[in-house]
Amino acid sequence: MASHNRRIGDQPWVRRSLIGLAMALTIILLVIPVVLIFVQALGTGWSTFAGNVLDEYTLDAIGLTLFVAALTVPLNLVFGTALAWSVTRFRFPGRKLLITLIDIPFAVSPVVAGLLYLLLYGRNGWLGGWLSTHDVQLMFAWPGIVMVTVFVTCPFVARELIPLMQQQGSEEEEAGVVLGASGWRIFRKITLPNIKWALIYGVVLTNARAVGEFGAVSVVSGNIRGETNTLPLHVELLYQDYNIAGAFASASLLAGIAILTLIAKAFVEWRQSQTEDAAPEEGGA
Amino acid sequence: MSITIDQISKNFGGFQALNNVSLDIPEGQLTALLGPSGSGKTTLLRIIAGLESSDSGRILFGGDDVSQLHVRDRNIGFVFQHYALFRHLTVAENIAFGLESLPRKQRPSKPDIRQRVARLLEMIQLPELAKRYPAQLSGGQKQRVALARALATQPRILLLDEPFGALDAKVRKDLRRWLRALHDEYHFTSIFVTHDQEEALELSDQVVVMSQGKVEQVNSPTGLYARPESRFVFDFLGHVNVLAGVVKGQKLVQGDAWVSLPAVRNDQEAQLYLRPHEVQLARTPCAQAKLPLRIEAISLIGSEVRIELAPEGWQSDEIWEIGMSHAEFARQNPARGEFWYAVPGVGHLFVADSAQPRTIDWQYTEAANASSM
Repeated sequence: MASHNRRIGDQPWVRRSLIGLAMALTIILLVIPVVLIFVQALGTGWSTFAGNVLDEYTLDAIGLTLFVAALTVPLNLVFGTALAWSVTRFRFPGRKLLITLIDIPFAVSPVVAGLLYLLLYGRNGWLGGWLSTHDVQLMFAWPGIVMVTVFVTCPFVARELIPLMQQQGSEEEEAGVVLGASGWRIFRKITLPNIKWALIYGVVLTNARAVGEFGAVSVVSGNIRGETNTLPLHVELLYQDYNIAGAFASASLLAGIAILTLIAKAFVEWRQSQTEDAAPEEGGA
Repeated sequence: MSITIDQISKNFGGFQALNNVSLDIPEGQLTALLGPSGSGKTTLLRIIAGLESSDSGRILFGGDDVSQLHVRDRNIGFVFQHYALFRHLTVAENIAFGLESLPRKQRPSKPDIRQRVARLLEMIQLPELAKRYPAQLSGGQKQRVALARALATQPRILLLDEPFGALDAKVRKDLRRWLRALHDEYHFTSIFVTHDQEEALELSDQVVVMSQGKVEQVNSPTGLYARPESRFVFDFLGHVNVLAGVVKGQKLVQGDAWVSLPAVRNDQEAQLYLRPHEVQLARTPCAQAKLPLRIEAISLIGSEVRIELAPEGWQSDEIWEIGMSHAEFARQNPARGEFWYAVPGVGHLFVADSAQPRTIDWQYTEAANASSM
């Protein structure tokens, strides 16, 4: 009768086959492709790899990608923090709607986002005509790339912060203001330390997505080599040129960034759980 | 510093949290805001602090209108229900926070701050915990640190929101006594919010009973207990036994039960409120009342014996409760399931046309004579 005490699906063979299936799928779908990228990139030897990476256009693409990320991350850091602050600390009409709206970039396909920006700011777009008479070009130039990247990555920081700030409540900040602290001092001394790790986590995710974004960027970039070509676009261009080794060399750089991101993410998650263990909320409800 | 609350009203959406509340808080006293949840007591405290704004009305500190003054500039101490200690700062840093937030001109020097924090740690009897983080403290210790933090800038007004709500009974008692002693020593004006009538009566100089956004009654604890002015205050101050009936021929009658009354208009509905200590038990009915009851339960725990009784031949919404001394219990020796009569000593009569009760004293001597006959 021992089997009666087991929960459903708890028989050893079910457990073993489920774990086996998960492992096999992970290896086939995730691990092998990633390993293959590096195999392909390095298959023709280190010197070819180095040559491909140090190619002028590849270096330009790396530079542009890092430049876009360097602008996007701080912008969304400020935007996400401000947004999370306003929806968790204030009550106003439309607050729930705002929380829902934050998720638009997750729900909309990036290509659609790119097209919308093109429609708005392109030469024949609603604002584009006015912009071009004032000699401002946003589309098919780096500002457009930054704009769509900001759009695509804007939920990450806010999404990390909102649940945490909701759970922590505003009592500590109220205590700070009663004690006479200025708004900036409260933010720096009380709020920021409380949300630090969630903020870093949001930044890591934002950065990963900003570096890897393809769809939206490809619509607004115009693929001008050496000018508006980001690393993901560059991979595609090289591939279409039948420069397989070059494409894989650039792809391996992106994969490398992704792996670094994963390591950073794992570390931040570990730190978050550490601080939670060290500070168990007790007695509070 | 005295506090004047002048015609304060506050709405949250469609809910009226405070309805034209006016109140005087005397200087140097410990005042309790007592009421059930939703009575507006916490909202009122937060408006006094400046953490919430009122829709209309004024708040005055010592005669000065502070309604427009930012909470930062009101110089009050506030103790939060869940302590709200800064979790990333140590105990000492928590206590020093207010001093370090002072404008540069008023801010004491670093050694001065350190000295003051040390003194406050002495005061809360936790000097050895200076380097700990809030998460490493017990509930009672957290509450002490919260108090020290609130008092560090020497505010003249201390506001406490359910200060002992989250603590267990033993720690709560200790802390209450300690706060009382602290208050007697430093004489700041304090207001604390509580839903615990025992806490309010034990700790405060003045109790403000609130209900549904209004002040029901203001009095000293003894005054309040001796003379509750409304049904609500009666219900809220502890168990009360009710005989609801109709006045007929100098008697309040319901079923088999009756109580004799002084001159009251006939044929109107009335309720007689009797508190557990205002009723005695007898084997036979007495001259002024016949209240047959059956003993349902007897609790010997505590300084008094508590007896729960169910009406026999009449009705009551709630069970009756009578308290008697252990000596009296030993003498009368009532047992569960037995049939007894309640003998009212003092009662409070509510008649339909007046909100305030009329206190009736039947005199126990008479009752004792009657029951021993």
